[in-house]
Amino acid sequence: MPKVTIDGKEIEVPAGMNLIEAAKLAGASVPHYCYHPKLSIAGNCRICLVEIEKQPKLQIACNTKVAEGMVVRTTGPKVEEGRQSVLEFILVNHPIDCPVCDQAGECKLQQYYMQLDRKPSRMEEEKVQKDKAVKLGPNVMLDMERCILCSRCIRFCQEVAHQDELCFTQRGDHTELTTYPGRELKNPYSVNTVDICPVGALTSVDFRFKQRVWFLKTADTVCPGCSTGCNVRLWHNKGAAYRLTPRENEAVNQVWMCDEGRLTYKPVNAENRLRHPVVKRDGRNGKMRRDLAVAELKRSLEGVSGNAILGIGSAQFTNEANQAFLGFLKDILGVKDFVYHANEVANPSHDVFLISADKNPNRAGVEALGFKPLAEDRRYQVFFALGPLPFSKIQKIAFEKNRKVILLTTHEVPEIEYADFVFPTAAWAEDEGTYTNRQNRVQNIAPAFPPPGESLRVGQWMEEFDKAWRPALKGMTA
Amino acid sequence: MELILTKNFNLPESYTLQVYEKTGGYAALKKALGMKPEQVTEEVKGSGLRGRGGAGFPAGMKWSFVPKNTGKPVYLCVNADEGEPGTFKDRAILEKDPHRMIEGSLIAAYAIGAKTAYVYIRGEFDLPTRRLNAAVQEAYSKGYAGRNILGSGYDCDVFVHRGAGAYICGEETALLNSLEGNRGYPRIKPPFPAIEGLFKCPTVVNNVETLAAVPYIIEHGAAGYKKIGTEKSPGTKLFSVSGPVMHPGVYEVEMGYPMRKFLHEDVGWMRPGKVLKAVIPGGSSMPVLTAQEVEEVNLDYESIASKGSLLGSGGMIVLDEDTCMVWALENLAHFYSHESCGQCSPCREGTGWSYKILKRMVHGESKKEDIELLLDIGQKMAGKTICVLADSLSMPIASYIGKFRGEFEAHVKGNCSQCQKSR
Repeated sequence: MPKVTIDGKEIEVPAGMNLIEAAKLAGASVPHYCYHPKLSIAGNCRICLVEIEKQPKLQIACNTKVAEGMVVRTTGPKVEEGRQSVLEFILVNHPIDCPVCDQAGECKLQQYYMQLDRKPSRMEEEKVQKDKAVKLGPNVMLDMERCILCSRCIRFCQEVAHQDELCFTQRGDHTELTTYPGRELKNPYSVNTVDICPVGALTSVDFRFKQRVWFLKTADTVCPGCSTGCNVRLWHNKGAAYRLTPRENEAVNQVWMCDEGRLTYKPVNAENRLRHPVVKRDGRNGKMRRDLAVAELKRSLEGVSGNAILGIGSAQFTNEANQAFLGFLKDILGVKDFVYHANEVANPSHDVFLISADKNPNRAGVEALGFKPLAEDRRYQVFFALGPLPFSKIQKIAFEKNRKVILLTTHEVPEIEYADFVFPTAAWAEDEGTYTNRQNRVQNIAPAFPPPGESLRVGQWMEEFDKAWRPALKGMTA
Repeated sequence: MELILTKNFNLPESYTLQVYEKTGGYAALKKALGMKPEQVTEEVKGSGLRGRGGAGFPAGMKWSFVPKNTGKPVYLCVNADEGEPGTFKDRAILEKDPHRMIEGSLIAAYAIGAKTAYVYIRGEFDLPTRRLNAAVQEAYSKGYAGRNILGSGYDCDVFVHRGAGAYICGEETALLNSLEGNRGYPRIKPPFPAIEGLFKCPTVVNNVETLAAVPYIIEHGAAGYKKIGTEKSPGTKLFSVSGPVMHPGVYEVEMGYPMRKFLHEDVGWMRPGKVLKAVIPGGSSMPVLTAQEVEEVNLDYESIASKGSLLGSGGMIVLDEDTCMVWALENLAHFYSHESCGQCSPCREGTGWSYKILKRMVHGESKKEDIELLLDIGQKMAGKTICVLADSLSMPIASYIGKFRGEFEAHVKGNCSQCQKSR
């Protein structure tokens, strides 16, 4: 491995590495706009200038590979002046409309301006005017005046999404980003262009104008949209989720995620979230306090043999939820048979990259816990289930007369009217635990905020149930 | 002086194969095909022929950079995208003696092991394209191009590709992108075209005039060519002269010829009533020479460089005392901002910004600080980009303001004598 000296620090770096990455290893950060570690080198923004000994001109770090004995300076007056002038050029025609720009707060123009320049503009001329609020596709908006023409989005479409949708037209400072004639930016990964856009040119149709980013808090979690389990960051404020962005995990999703997955936060905020236990008495459903509902459940299961109960786990819930559920039903209720239900979608989207046809984040996990696939079976009187209805074949049977349905679920869907007991449960964004993805990787999810109303995590419900049942069990053994 | 490049220019139908053959055309190709490719390269290297596109890089050296046995095809690209303002010397070759360039191209292709040569010709060149296409057809029909050239077993196809009007496509790597069907963006180097050029294969890009000199070198040998011109700038060079002179046009001049003598005797000096103010020696992007400097330089790379300018393409623009240098610079800035490909931030924004300032200045709406600002912008956009287009405006900014500062100051004050004269 070549030895290089960066800012006076001698380090060994892998051969072929560029100077932006090498500088990172040396603890230095080189500003950049067009460079992205997952995309080809464009070398057009010119802000990653560094000084290399024995070379008269400043060089761009992104296109310079390390060489044995290279001496690099990422700071110093020459470098700073060079970068400052490049930044000044980039801002010449930028509208500087930060107060109304969605990117404000996470904008590389703002960041580098504060680091490098902090001077008033010397540009007094009229700026080049370009189109605002251009819808490039269903999910992405373009503000052409803010675009710094770094070409990251174009390269993303070509090199990652493999769908050539974006291009530049015109020349010089009139250059514009656009879609090819007759095309839209609608590849299944299009919103990644918003993430990698270093400025406010590309914004998400879903997220724009919803929140200023500095109000948002984040939780590092995993996308529940399919069995790929992309590592994501959930951005939230005051108990509501606002967006998902990918987190880097080389082994799972690199730094990307699909557009479909980005919308999986929506149900968390939905109006029809369950807030109270619902119990059916005399054929009518009614809200009930948590402790009373648990006591009612206990009463209704008195004398029911474990053999008559079917435990139905869920590929939508964490390993920990399924495990706690399994534990309670097996140990306390004596249930023998466990199946799981999964979200089965007709003609699911899928590809060879990140989108799995299996739209469940934890099928591998529930199967590993011993839950069997759901099958039609008329032997059971009680259906004790995690997750929402419908659950396909068994639904009809469960809703027959004289059978009981107990649900732990998140949303008030029409089907729950047929259930005898419904316990409101934390959704994915409020839950903690692990999902096992299609590669059998066990990945943590983290709660962003507490679940609404009386909702509890599955594990907490099981503790409640346990507490209600224990004394009775003790009485039996005494 | 023996004419090399323009010797047939005054013959009737000089562009036809018949005339070219009659004057000894394609003999050099025959001779080259009897040599080993490396020998041909050595001969051109030894001749000291320097690239006539503007940079003056030794042509034989460029050829020798092509790696051997990569398993990939090798390409020759002929740069006929002559677009530098003030330059029209390749056009003359293409119109009057296209076979000389085709012969040189075939020799070059043979030397570097290319079986395909592309001529990338400027889209606006209508007559040159027609003449070139006809000449290529003729060459094919007589077996100078195509399969088994002159029975040697060597094959080489020649394709003519018309550009679409972007100045930047004359930059060799933008030319390659354009030829591939992509946007005419210069490529970041390394890799250089000799290693990874057209379709990611080893490629040599040579200017029309460079290649047109090759047949002579093969015929007369490196030593024969070196006899002409100076030690470091051998051979002859075409100069295209424009401006208020008696005889504007294309001239073939032996390198090292005194500029003063050239302008006085060959070009016939200024038109009556016109007084020489300055000369841009090698295409609009080159730093300007004052009338005094014109007296002192010779027409070769080194002599012009000694005055802080460059020989460039040989596009000589003569300016007279009636020319306002602010207006001239505004004109250039307009051109370069319009032709910037828009890839690199300093060039994209710097050229446009400069133009806007100069536009104000021309109209007397500027202030003193604008002169310093212009100099600063020019200096800051230079040397920070993928190609040299930004430098091409930066150099005139620095030299015009440096040598004619008084005119800029007059414009700021609103009393430019030239502009008032023209009003």
